[in-house]
Amino acid sequence: MLQLKFDPKAVKKPIISLATIETSTLLNIIRASVGPREGELVVEVEDGKAERVADILRSYGVDVHSMEEAVEKDEERCVHCGLCISICPVEAIGFSKERKVVIDTSRCIHCGSCVTVCPTKALKLP
Amino acid sequence: MKTVGEINQRIKEGNVCVVTASEMKELVSELGAEKAAKEVDVVTTGTFGAMCSSGVFMNFGHSDPPIRMQRVWLNDVEAYTGIAAVDAYLGVTQLSEKSGEYGGAHVIEELVSGKEVSLKAISKGTDCYPRKEIISEVALDDLNQAVMLNPRNAYQRYNAATNSSNQILQTYMGTLLPHFGNVTFAGCGEISPLNNDPEYRTIGVGTRIFLCGAKGYVIGEGTQHCPPYGTLMVRGNLKEMKPEFMKAAVFPGYGVTMYVGIGIPIPVLNTEIAKATAIRDEEIWTKIIDFGVPRRQRPTIKKVNYAELKSGKVEINGEEVRVSSLSSLYIAGKIMKELEKQIKSGEFFLTAPVERLSGECVFRPMRQEEVKFVKSVMAQAITIEPETLIEEASRIMIEKSINHLPVVKEGRLVGIITSWDVAKAVAMKKAGGVAEIMTRKVITTMPDEPVEVAARKMEKHNISALPVVDAKNRIVGMVTSEDLSRLLAR
Repeated sequence: MLQLKFDPKAVKKPIISLATIETSTLLNIIRASVGPREGELVVEVEDGKAERVADILRSYGVDVHSMEEAVEKDEERCVHCGLCISICPVEAIGFSKERKVVIDTSRCIHCGSCVTVCPTKALKLP
Repeated sequence: MKTVGEINQRIKEGNVCVVTASEMKELVSELGAEKAAKEVDVVTTGTFGAMCSSGVFMNFGHSDPPIRMQRVWLNDVEAYTGIAAVDAYLGVTQLSEKSGEYGGAHVIEELVSGKEVSLKAISKGTDCYPRKEIISEVALDDLNQAVMLNPRNAYQRYNAATNSSNQILQTYMGTLLPHFGNVTFAGCGEISPLNNDPEYRTIGVGTRIFLCGAKGYVIGEGTQHCPPYGTLMVRGNLKEMKPEFMKAAVFPGYGVTMYVGIGIPIPVLNTEIAKATAIRDEEIWTKIIDFGVPRRQRPTIKKVNYAELKSGKVEINGEEVRVSSLSSLYIAGKIMKELEKQIKSGEFFLTAPVERLSGECVFRPMRQEEVKFVKSVMAQAITIEPETLIEEASRIMIEKSINHLPVVKEGRLVGIITSWDVAKAVAMKKAGGVAEIMTRKVITTMPDEPVEVAARKMEKHNISALPVVDAKNRIVGMVTSEDLSRLLAR
């Protein structure tokens, strides 16, 4: 999973198409928010090709981060209310048997929705 | 069958039988209420949730020369000082004057965690209290008294929330997604104290409780007490509290509150009380109400029980909607266990209430002047069509001296243009129909919406006028911020 951030220059180019053609790799867009002056995308890429795709994207002026880690939870602050559960768009958060809040990190897409709603500020993106 | 005195004797002798509310339900269904009542002496209940109506009375001690604090701030959060010279009440929802994400609850949590907080107080100065200002640091140990006193805690049950509107709402029930995107609820259901004693037989004035780790007391029914939506007023010594049983919280767009942990032991004096403690989530009903309607009487979407809410999913209009809790069943469970441990080890004795809580509901609406609606302030709307030329629109604006023109097609509202849109079009040398430059996603109001709601919409979206439409999106008028400020200034 790669997180891409576009500046005003890069946002005008059809970068995903260019990267797909140049690397012959399929890019699966997980999340997209593109405005007139900046944009942010999260794309899924085959593991072996991630480096090459990232290089090409960087050459077009895109800020690329690999997203290996999921949202992090501060166990001291978490009260296990579960308010984050219904907000998560990919259902990555749930309750354990003893009713503690647990995050399935492999499903997390770094959207930050849970970070915003957490009442005790126990969640953060790395 | 049993008295509180007898139970306390067993606690002293170390042979008391204590179970948690969760365990008691199993026991009663296994043995029946009569047998369970004979075996069990005490049932512990617990809740851990956001309880806004909470705060702490503090006494700071006198400075030299002394000051009669007229205003006092702790870490920039103001406490109420309309009492004696160095007494103050710090409410958990009071916001810091420097940050919207820090408030009274955070100050209280920091004090309980052993941290120092800054203190600033000012006064006009009197003959007996000459000092006009003091700046200092205080820790919990420095305070003569620090008493948590919460006017309304431990709601027996609470209305769940959802949102029918097309916008995200940020509420004290958390973030509510548009179009019934989620449901949030508060309360711990079958393990919550008052649900296990719905007739208030044993929980009353003087009942000793577990409050955020300290021993506290019920001092009466809480404000807005309205059985079966009962509430409690409680007090406890802040100096004995533990940070793990309280937590400052922020609800984005709403403000600060505090998670408060309460555990209440219920003495099983007879079969009736045993039966009451066997209550299940399926029997505890509440309503899901629609926060999309910003009125006191929010419409009820449906009735639900706590079993459905705790399952994480409910059905609304044939669709499955995800449910989140605001309360923590995990920490409520920990509180029940902790209280059980304290009673078994002889650290915690029970008290019989000196007065019963009221079974009456006292929750009337506020006495207020008539509610004013948009229809009483709206003006006739001057409209144009998508094909109207930009130049023509600008002429109408000048002629009628207005800044907004709703765009209507076949009687229905399809857009709006403002004088700013026209100015921008001129600057960019755009001509042609207004369809090109109009805003299509129009924020509107309705004739029977209260003016405060319309004003909040304008403020939230940073706009200065709202077209008034009927249920079929036909335009019936226009209301501007000038209309509203004239009304509100009166």
